[in-house]
Amino acid sequence: MSNVHPYVGRAHPRVDGALKVTGRAKYAAEFFADGMVYAAAVPSTIAKGRIVSIDLSTAKGAPGVIDILTHENRPELPDSDKPYLNDMVAVPGSPFRPLYNDRIFYSGQAIALVVADTHENARHAASLVTATYEAKRPTVDVAEARHEAYDTFEPRDGIPPPPPPRGDAEATFKGSDIKLSESYRVAPEHHNPMELMATTVVWEGDGALTIHTKTQGVNNPKMYICAVLGLDPDKVRVTSPFVGGAFGMALRPHYDLLLATMAALKHERSVRLVLTRGQMYTMGWRPDTLQTVSLSAQDDGTLTSIAHHAIQATSRYEDYQEPTVNWSGLLYACPNVTLKYELAKIDVSTPSDMRAPGAALGLYALEVAMDEMSYRLGMNPLELRLKNYAEKDQNDDKPFSSKELKAAYEKGAERFGWSNRSPEPRSMRDGKELVGLGMATGCWEAMMMPHSACATLSADGKLKVACGTADIGTGTYTILAQIAADAFDLDIEDVTTEVGDTDLPMAPPEGGSWGAASAGNAVRVACAELKKELLTLARGIDDSPLANASLDHVAFSNGRISLVSDGERSVSYADAIAASGGGEVKAEGSFAPDEEFAEKFAAFTHSAVFAEVRVDEQLGVVRVTHIVSAIAAGKILNLATARSQILGGVVMGMGMALHEETMWDKTLGRVVNANLGEYHMPAHADVQNIDVIFVEEDDKANPLGIKGLGEIGIVGAAAAIANAVFHATGKRVRELPITIDKLL
Amino acid sequence: MNFSYTRATTVGDAIQAVAGDPQARFIAGGTNLVDLMKYDVERPGRLVDITRLPLKAIEQTADGGLKIGALVPNSDLAYDARIERDYPLLASAILAGASAQLRNAATTGGNLLQRTRCYYFYDAGVPCNKREPGSGCPAKTGVNRIHAILGASDACIATHPSDMCVALAALGATVHVEGPDGARVIAFEDFHRLPGDTPEKDNTLAHGEMVTAVELPAPRFGQNHTYLKLRDRLSYAFALVSVAAAIELDGDVVSEARIALGGVAHKPWRVPEAEALLKGKLPSSGAFEEAADRLLKGAVGHGENDFKIELARRAVVRALSQAAAGTPQVQSNKIVN
Repeated sequence: MSNVHPYVGRAHPRVDGALKVTGRAKYAAEFFADGMVYAAAVPSTIAKGRIVSIDLSTAKGAPGVIDILTHENRPELPDSDKPYLNDMVAVPGSPFRPLYNDRIFYSGQAIALVVADTHENARHAASLVTATYEAKRPTVDVAEARHEAYDTFEPRDGIPPPPPPRGDAEATFKGSDIKLSESYRVAPEHHNPMELMATTVVWEGDGALTIHTKTQGVNNPKMYICAVLGLDPDKVRVTSPFVGGAFGMALRPHYDLLLATMAALKHERSVRLVLTRGQMYTMGWRPDTLQTVSLSAQDDGTLTSIAHHAIQATSRYEDYQEPTVNWSGLLYACPNVTLKYELAKIDVSTPSDMRAPGAALGLYALEVAMDEMSYRLGMNPLELRLKNYAEKDQNDDKPFSSKELKAAYEKGAERFGWSNRSPEPRSMRDGKELVGLGMATGCWEAMMMPHSACATLSADGKLKVACGTADIGTGTYTILAQIAADAFDLDIEDVTTEVGDTDLPMAPPEGGSWGAASAGNAVRVACAELKKELLTLARGIDDSPLANASLDHVAFSNGRISLVSDGERSVSYADAIAASGGGEVKAEGSFAPDEEFAEKFAAFTHSAVFAEVRVDEQLGVVRVTHIVSAIAAGKILNLATARSQILGGVVMGMGMALHEETMWDKTLGRVVNANLGEYHMPAHADVQNIDVIFVEEDDKANPLGIKGLGEIGIVGAAAAIANAVFHATGKRVRELPITIDKLL
Repeated sequence: MNFSYTRATTVGDAIQAVAGDPQARFIAGGTNLVDLMKYDVERPGRLVDITRLPLKAIEQTADGGLKIGALVPNSDLAYDARIERDYPLLASAILAGASAQLRNAATTGGNLLQRTRCYYFYDAGVPCNKREPGSGCPAKTGVNRIHAILGASDACIATHPSDMCVALAALGATVHVEGPDGARVIAFEDFHRLPGDTPEKDNTLAHGEMVTAVELPAPRFGQNHTYLKLRDRLSYAFALVSVAAAIELDGDVVSEARIALGGVAHKPWRVPEAEALLKGKLPSSGAFEEAADRLLKGAVGHGENDFKIELARRAVVRALSQAAAGTPQVQSNKIVN
């Protein structure tokens, strides 16, 4: 492949693609060690109460069983929350402690861990463990707990609570003629990545462990497991080179990590624990949330008040928070805004961040309410958005670092053919199908985190960049290689990227769409540091043609450092490296967000989503025939991986709108559709024509102008589809998913 | 789970191996049984692999029909030229189900024997009368969106999940069976059963009896037929309601009609009286509605699945319209015509 620069900004294929399609990319459950044994977790059958007794007699006699751990016979665990709080993504409350005592907080909670010689024997023996319980009636429906909602929780670290009210939304609403107040609900969802949660602990001898675990950031499980089990961090290495989808569920350590490590330490041998698909529903989920949005407006569409209230489910033991209402305060210019966010405890595992946590739910409600308002006003829904376009972040009263949402609306509408929409519901049809066109806006924070990276150039011209971040399928390997290749004018084939290892420079967990900006800029800094080192070496060569050259006056290109003013005066990378006395030169670099810039500017990504649906008038069958997602998200590093990110987000939004629902039996407190056959995500047949448009922005929040794309694709997608269904059918369904029965 | 595994070389050996051991099961494609074993719902002590038995042919019968070997894969059957030409309703129903990968592995006999998709049946951690007779039925007051509206009992409201069987019921197929006491032929409507007090029994096979073939009568309904399946996404989901409809016209008048419903009962649901209502009538929405009402007479919802009664009524009307117009539902294209 020719090295056409810059790589950044092009549609470069995934550099790890071949490894993945040939099965050589290793996931947590694929690492192997000599003498390894296998574990299986036994799930509780009740959702609330306590274990009275566990009968291990049959299971212990099953073939291959080595050990069975329960809360009664487990190795010692800390008896305070403090060690368990060594989790960078912990939420306020008392963290869940696996196998700690007899208390059951949610159905499927692990009550025992079987260790056996094979995976099959462990699974079999796990099925033979029985328990008697003192069961209490669980509550798993947040609506049943709404009278116990509270807002007295300690705010979650790094997650701002709703801003104080501005103006007087209540009085304005009361005095308005044009207004609406509606309630919305999205079914609870689980992340459902393809890869199961898994941990392979390799016993390296003498208490040293290498832990391969599914995570969005290796440093977090390392910190957690060392604190909880009192391990010496120097003796623990955690790796996670590839992640088969996570969507937020692998931000926090889960019970597979602690149980597998506990068993490995007790038996001083390697242990692998892979959770079952059913057990994937015994941890983080997108919380059931009751929302009410009240809007008032003037005749011309000017919004006069916004009130958004959400009651969100959390577990008995922690106050998980994703302040669902916050985005309603910043998206539109409005002088009177009240945002209220409460929690209600139910008998479930703690919810967790799931792609665009908070915004995906909150902007579904706001953007459907805006659609409802557009019909109230007899106004084109897009015009209503433009009428109330915010030039500043309304919550913080700050200008945006960049905001090309207007251009996104315009380009999206044009590509979609929005002008062909006839305003009346039920006014467009094609044969037996009603046709509906809807739109919505999305937005998400453009965040950054302190991040380190290193870059190593070797005499053979190969460059390696590395950092402890994760590539959860988003394309991190590829974009980091692109940035590094550009820095040294190398063919990207000569650049390798390493991530997912605690031996690599420090990185935070990858999430919240901050990965590309944080890791990308850290790699850029590391490459700049490496250039400095190389130039110093080059200048030190006897009779160096670059003897007095400064970094500003040289170029790194074609394998050489050359004076910009006189290309003849140059030193090859190889000669510079040779001057170091070794075969390679390595430099580290760190990146931190510009606090001063962040004080002055608000940084967000935006989307304009347009959806066409066709609904069989008699039978309620919905087909999403066209989506245009126009994205304004700073500099796009790789048009191919970026497009895939948005496609994935849109499809997930389609699932939210039409298919996905984790269903709990209210009496048993148990998820009944805990598998990929009965938990419906869009199938190929559901996914038709999706256009992604990137409206580039020149953003100064970081040197590379990156904003991040992980979340923005889903935000607004469900609302656009729901609004299209209303336009097609005249039926406003305010509870997602919109299934056939709701349209009959 | 530990089980022994043997591979049978003759039908007789296979039957003998299973009949003598109450814990033994036949296994062919395994697309359902292996799942159920992973879920601890089925715990066979012995698996008798019948995949090498000579039951893979599709043969012409003396009266002009076809005899389909029990081991013919679902996909081979759907794409068999004779099936596509003479029994397009059957081909369509098969292609409406599962995924290409599953259809490649699943067999004709196994399709008949697949078990319900009731959530509670699949969860060994909760009661279920079908899985553990007498333990109770949480579905009746629980999550029952996918459950039966017809023919259910106090003990069980599960449905049979097959698409293929709905078409076979409409076409009047028969099931060839061999067992320790010899061979017999079962009419399709007598093969599956209603749950009654013994929901653990899905069908009328005795332990050790094996489905050896499914026989189709001489081709009929080649022009006016459809398989319409309604579900919670456009592909790869079990039917909320499905309809196999087949009509014969004498001039403009219906001379014979068949309607079978899937997703609504413990077996494909047919009501001869409803079919008879169409005889001698001109196809019209009024006539279709009358037949649908008769077909759904006595339908009862259990809360979350109440909508299925109206959905089934509308689906029957649409399916009959598709059949009468000679415009069957296309399974590759998800537009409901």
